[in-house]
Amino acid sequence: MKKTVFSMCGMCTVRCPIRVEVEDGEVTWIEGNPHLLKGALCAKGSAGTALLKDTERPQQPLIRVGGRGAGRWRKASWPEALDYVAEKLKTIKTEHGPESVVLSSRGGPWQGMYKTFIHAFGSPNYTNHDCTCGRNTHHASLSINGVGRKGFVYDIANSKHLVLFGRNMFASMRVAENLQIMDMLDSGGRMTYVDVRQSMTGLKASRFFQVRPGTDYALALGFINEIIKRGIYNKAFVERYVSGFGELCQFIEPYTTAWAAKECGVKEKSIIQFIDEVAEDMPKVIFHPGWNLSRYKDSFYASRALHILNVLMGNIEQKGALIIPKGAGDCGAKGIRNLDCPKPDIKRADGVGWKYKHFDKGPGLSHLFFDAMKTGEPYPVKAWIAMRHDPFTAMPDPQAQKEAYDNCDLLVAIDTHYSEFAWYADVILPESTYLERDNPICLQKGPKPRLAVRRQVVEPVFDTKAGWEIFKQLADRLDIGEHFPYTTINDLYAWQLEGTGHTIEDFAEKGFIPLTDKPVMYDPEKLDGQFKTPSGKIEIISEKLTKAGFESLKPYVSPDKPAKGQFRLVYGRSAVHTHGHTINNPLLHELMPENSLWINTKVAARMNVNEGDLVDVIASNGVTETGQAHVTDFIHPECVYTVHGFGRQVPLQTKAYHAGFSDQKLMIGLLDNWDQVGGAINLCEVFVTVRRSSRNPKRRVEL
Amino acid sequence: MNKYRIHLNTRRCIGCHGCEVHCKTNKNLPPGPILCEIDHQPVVMLKGVPRTEFSFRSCYHCEDPFCVPICPTGAMIKRGDGIVYVDQEKCIGCMACAGACPWGVPQHNPETNKAVKCDYCMDRVDAGLKPACVTKCTTLALKFVIMTEV
Repeated sequence: MKKTVFSMCGMCTVRCPIRVEVEDGEVTWIEGNPHLLKGALCAKGSAGTALLKDTERPQQPLIRVGGRGAGRWRKASWPEALDYVAEKLKTIKTEHGPESVVLSSRGGPWQGMYKTFIHAFGSPNYTNHDCTCGRNTHHASLSINGVGRKGFVYDIANSKHLVLFGRNMFASMRVAENLQIMDMLDSGGRMTYVDVRQSMTGLKASRFFQVRPGTDYALALGFINEIIKRGIYNKAFVERYVSGFGELCQFIEPYTTAWAAKECGVKEKSIIQFIDEVAEDMPKVIFHPGWNLSRYKDSFYASRALHILNVLMGNIEQKGALIIPKGAGDCGAKGIRNLDCPKPDIKRADGVGWKYKHFDKGPGLSHLFFDAMKTGEPYPVKAWIAMRHDPFTAMPDPQAQKEAYDNCDLLVAIDTHYSEFAWYADVILPESTYLERDNPICLQKGPKPRLAVRRQVVEPVFDTKAGWEIFKQLADRLDIGEHFPYTTINDLYAWQLEGTGHTIEDFAEKGFIPLTDKPVMYDPEKLDGQFKTPSGKIEIISEKLTKAGFESLKPYVSPDKPAKGQFRLVYGRSAVHTHGHTINNPLLHELMPENSLWINTKVAARMNVNEGDLVDVIASNGVTETGQAHVTDFIHPECVYTVHGFGRQVPLQTKAYHAGFSDQKLMIGLLDNWDQVGGAINLCEVFVTVRRSSRNPKRRVEL
Repeated sequence: MNKYRIHLNTRRCIGCHGCEVHCKTNKNLPPGPILCEIDHQPVVMLKGVPRTEFSFRSCYHCEDPFCVPICPTGAMIKRGDGIVYVDQEKCIGCMACAGACPWGVPQHNPETNKAVKCDYCMDRVDAGLKPACVTKCTTLALKFVIMTEV
């Protein structure tokens, strides 16, 4: 029998809408939802079928029997594994208090469920992966606009100029966004790309600035200087909505285009020409404020500068620019219900909210729990539940992390694949893949908000369960089941949709329920109340930062130059892999089995390194990773680059095991090198030594 | 005359290799055979911006294909509309076709031990659909062109 199911992809966390065909219980076709994406899907999306069939993923609950990380497991039934986890959690709760348990997830639209669980258990310590991703951008946006980084969506299709600082769109593969960019370029729009290396996004750009690593902030300051000097900002907008513009004008004076050009190693003429273009294109110019800007010591301020550039464009709530996302209320519709439980009134173990008052309390900062594990202050952290989050891949220096995690009595991993963390954990609770599970309904905000849902397409291949079921069953065992008011997923859907006038069947036709036919736009002349800062204005000088003792306009400090023989290590991603998640997927592995180390041609020549040679990449403490060199003109000589997620150490993943090398293992000391103002880890503030490896064969004796 | 061809709008192509996987999953192929390929020229600097040219290659569906007459079992067939395909029932996996093809287009499927090649997803085409690579191209850069007599 053949059927069609609309759902949501799960190969990466973009969660593109998909349409899936199933014949006799086999997935035969996955495409982008034709109603939203005209069928378009990326390589990873199609490779979902290979994930489904992959036998090298956890097939039933596993309880560790050997030492942590030794890879000796006992197969357990679900009731047994859940009982085991619940008993351990109860003991820890009695001995150390409920707050000693941390739950981390990647983040995303279903965080409510995980938060509900840990809050109901009695701990305030929910966290996510954002300290290694968008925290700086998020806090930068909050400090200026009073709304987080998701407080704006970008109407790229109708814009005239998209400016990207290292935002490598064509590797990140947000399919809808990529289609928008292509349509924009097709209708004559421009794209400016800034990076330390050439990427696929750079190849499609109309202007490219290859900057010295760590100088993004300088370039943005140069842009602001020139725009203000030439008076090509939106004066009415600034007058009406912005405070602190005078201070900005004063601050920006020394940061001329000539200065910026010299600092970044680009041509001043190019900067001037770029500003000419901006003057022509505004207000339909989008300065993307960055995504994974957990990179340099001033990335937070770089992101603030990018937000300020948008403010100068006066491009908020304009077609072809930044749009305030609308929810159900804006469409006169009733919103859905989501699982929720108030946070216990206990201070967080990561210090967010009491020690660090300027950070968003939501998910806190996951790297700040290690101190609590090691010192027992403010109280001990004794258990960590990782819901589809892999701290050992996401955060620097897994060895240092393991030493901290060894103070925990319980490590639980809930994931679809063997994460590096799962392999070290005490219990693995295998989640069904996205094609084998339902997820709760979520609201997707935007100019045209809609309700969307992921639906189970086929029966689980192995003895795995969906997240909603795992948390419910664990909650029941811990006597907090009342916070999960359902038995089946249909109960949950009915509870979520109660009062909305919709039923789950309404999703079957298109995979989503639109809440409006036409885009909902506010009057750009009446944006008062939209900026949730203390003053209600867009604040160039943030009251919150001032109170916390931080500058809003930070004088520029030039980044450190690497010592002789050393390089700054920078990382990125590829269009065919999702960090560590997909390295073992047979079809994606075929496209990219290993990563490589990008190194500048001239530098490589001096080191006698040729394309394809093995090179040793050595961290400050001697940790060495070996990989193949990719010699190219299109990378700044001060840095080397690699794709993150490789060098995996789970022997059961036979394709990914030790294939390529891992950047995070080389990031020694970075767990303590984080942005005190923005909150994120400075993942590119590390220098490595590179040498031609002795493993390059000269002779080979076989017998 | 060949009725169909696949055209790549190189301006829209972002070299994401999606088409290769779309093709493989539609044909249920294991690692090994790759029936269409995206490639690009070495990157060069052109007026201050890095540039490259993408190309898409599957099968040329030759007017007079070498792979058809060399097939000992008559499994390689050229249809009236020009599509050259492998009849999986008749194929014995001798791979003479791959040797005869100047571009080595036919490939060996290690799971079925038979030859496999691009057939423009003719089951889809016959059902009024487009080939998998075109249908799901990430940036809608691939077009399925149906030639009409003028």
